[in-house]
Amino acid sequence: MTLVHDNLEQTEAKMSAKDVSVFYGDKKAIDGVSIDIPTEYVTAFIGPSGCGKSTFLRTLNRMNDTIPSARVEGAIELDGQDIYRSGMDVVQLRARVGMVFQKPNPFPKSIYENISYGPKIHGLAEGKDELDAIVEKSLRRAGLWEEVKDRLQDSGTALSGGQQQRLCIARAIAVDPEVILMDEPCSALDPIATAKIEELIAELNGRYAIVIVTHSMQQAARVSQRTAFFHLGKMVEYGRTSDIFTNPLEQRTQDYITGRYG
Amino acid sequence: MSPAILFLLALGLGLAGWLAARARAWTFRRESADGRLPSLPTYHAWYVALWIVLPMAAFIALWSAIAPGLVTQQVLAAPAAAELPEFGFQRQTMLNEARAVATGASNAVFNPQAAALVEPYREALSHYNVIGIVVALLIAFLGGTFAFLRLKPDFAARTRVERIVMAILLGASLVAILTTIGIFASLVFETVRFFGMVSPLDFLFGTHWGPDPMANAANPDASRYGAIPLFWGTLFIGAIIAMVVAIPLGLMSAIYLTQYANPALRKWIKPALEILAGVPTVVYGYFAALTIAPAIRDLALSLGAANPSSESALAAGLVMGVMIIPFVSSMADDSIAAVPQAMRDGSLAMGATKSETIRRVLVPAALPGIVAGIMLAVSRAIGETMIVVMAASTAANLSANPLEAMTTVTVQIVAMLTGEGSFDHPATLSAFALGFVLFMVTLGLNFVALRVVKRYREAYE
Repeated sequence: MTLVHDNLEQTEAKMSAKDVSVFYGDKKAIDGVSIDIPTEYVTAFIGPSGCGKSTFLRTLNRMNDTIPSARVEGAIELDGQDIYRSGMDVVQLRARVGMVFQKPNPFPKSIYENISYGPKIHGLAEGKDELDAIVEKSLRRAGLWEEVKDRLQDSGTALSGGQQQRLCIARAIAVDPEVILMDEPCSALDPIATAKIEELIAELNGRYAIVIVTHSMQQAARVSQRTAFFHLGKMVEYGRTSDIFTNPLEQRTQDYITGRYG
Repeated sequence: MSPAILFLLALGLGLAGWLAARARAWTFRRESADGRLPSLPTYHAWYVALWIVLPMAAFIALWSAIAPGLVTQQVLAAPAAAELPEFGFQRQTMLNEARAVATGASNAVFNPQAAALVEPYREALSHYNVIGIVVALLIAFLGGTFAFLRLKPDFAARTRVERIVMAILLGASLVAILTTIGIFASLVFETVRFFGMVSPLDFLFGTHWGPDPMANAANPDASRYGAIPLFWGTLFIGAIIAMVVAIPLGLMSAIYLTQYANPALRKWIKPALEILAGVPTVVYGYFAALTIAPAIRDLALSLGAANPSSESALAAGLVMGVMIIPFVSSMADDSIAAVPQAMRDGSLAMGATKSETIRRVLVPAALPGIVAGIMLAVSRAIGETMIVVMAASTAANLSANPLEAMTTVTVQIVAMLTGEGSFDHPATLSAFALGFVLFMVTLGLNFVALRVVKRYREAYE
């Protein structure tokens, strides 16, 4: 039911969803989605509002667990192991699959504490020096170090929106994840801050498997190499980003990217 | 004339004005070209009715305040008043007796001298009564006429009525503020009188409390008015023992209710906690005095304490702590629930567990609100009277042993005011000074707490 382009390069799947359906109570929000997520490429999920792309993203690190009525069927594997199997440690999973949210949500703590929070709860650093090193490395990777290095003790909420979002990315990087999920990370940001985040995504590509949900088709075209189009809870089409935007095979994909709806 | 009849009269006049004005407005409306007025007829009606009732009510209120003075003046001017005792208590008693007979509140006077005053009183009362009613009616009539003559087809009755309504609401809110100021003023007045007899330094820093209401009032022994033991007892019971109980229990129940309890359970537990806040404090007092205090004494005995008091600070403090659990927990509950979901998600997505998220993100983020709740609870605990009156002792002890008897500021206020001392004795007046200190402390706590809450709200909006 998903139309997968047949010209894709062979890649090893970091994460792999197999016939995944998600229910909220009786309502089916996601219907039989199968997709492989590689480390080499940035994967973008596009589609109109309410199509289920964010819901699907949140199943990848089991954030849907916090919603009591949500239920997941099918299998999602991380390095070949089902993350919904009984005995799966959600805490470990989320350390390996980090997430960045739509609205920047730094904790009301200092910049330093925002970054060191994850390493501390996972025991990644022994002593202050190691922790300092992790904080600096994460902030550097998120391209924020130069802007905040002199005020690490200032509150994270005092930064600008774009800086806050990069702080959240740095926070996710700090626990050294393998996958980073981004749920419309730029929708609350101005164009300049957006451009910075997009640059950052390009730099992080290859080091982490990155999945980005976005409303903006231009953004998907700019940052991703793989695109999946979602509509009404189904994954309609999946292929190279360039192919999806220039040569879509499905009428619905064509309609969406040409702005007929959504 | 009785107030009830005056009240009905005012209502009747108001209704008459209302009907007349509405009829007039309907005439305008029929005569206007398009059958529309800037204001509906009922607004014209209310405008006139309010102009009748409000000035009249204001005059009646004013009159009932000044008329008794005028009546007394007229009575004293009568020849019979010349035979009254010169000053003081007796003279006042006779005047009161005569007035009671004149108004029909009692049948006969006890003092024969007062009998002569009944007739002058009766005359004066009816004299000023008539004046009052006539002026009230005149004012109502003038107000009504003034308003009625202003009615015109394009008269903006609606905006005027809205303005009057606003003024009434403003007045209502001023009542509470003015009352507070009045209470404060009377407290200050008596406190100043007390400090005229006992130096504030002796009062605030002395360590021995034992006012003697029978001692010579003219020359009080300042060393018996040291309030430190009372302040300590109040702090120890209300701010230390009670808080040791209330803060952990209140906080934990708030965390459980907001983060762990399923909705069905929450629906039961939350109202149950709120019922705890609604239990009259006198009932807590019974509980503390009859159940907890003896139990603590027995426990202390079995642990080997020699001669423990049955009115221990511990008993009062424990029960008071239970009493204020709902205050702490409901403020904490609100402020934890107000932490944005994004904050929780952010922490969970980092791989934090639920309890790590609560401990390291939610509670720190909600801390200002929690602290404010605790401060409000403290201010309530140290002002609480009934529990300590029943369960704490009246012996002023400066001790850190919770098993000992201690007393609090509020207990001593009750003891001093209900004691045998006369009203201008320093022992009695000391109650006002204690009340003043208590008032200032709780006012300060509430003020700081509200400021904290305000700043906290701004952080998330």
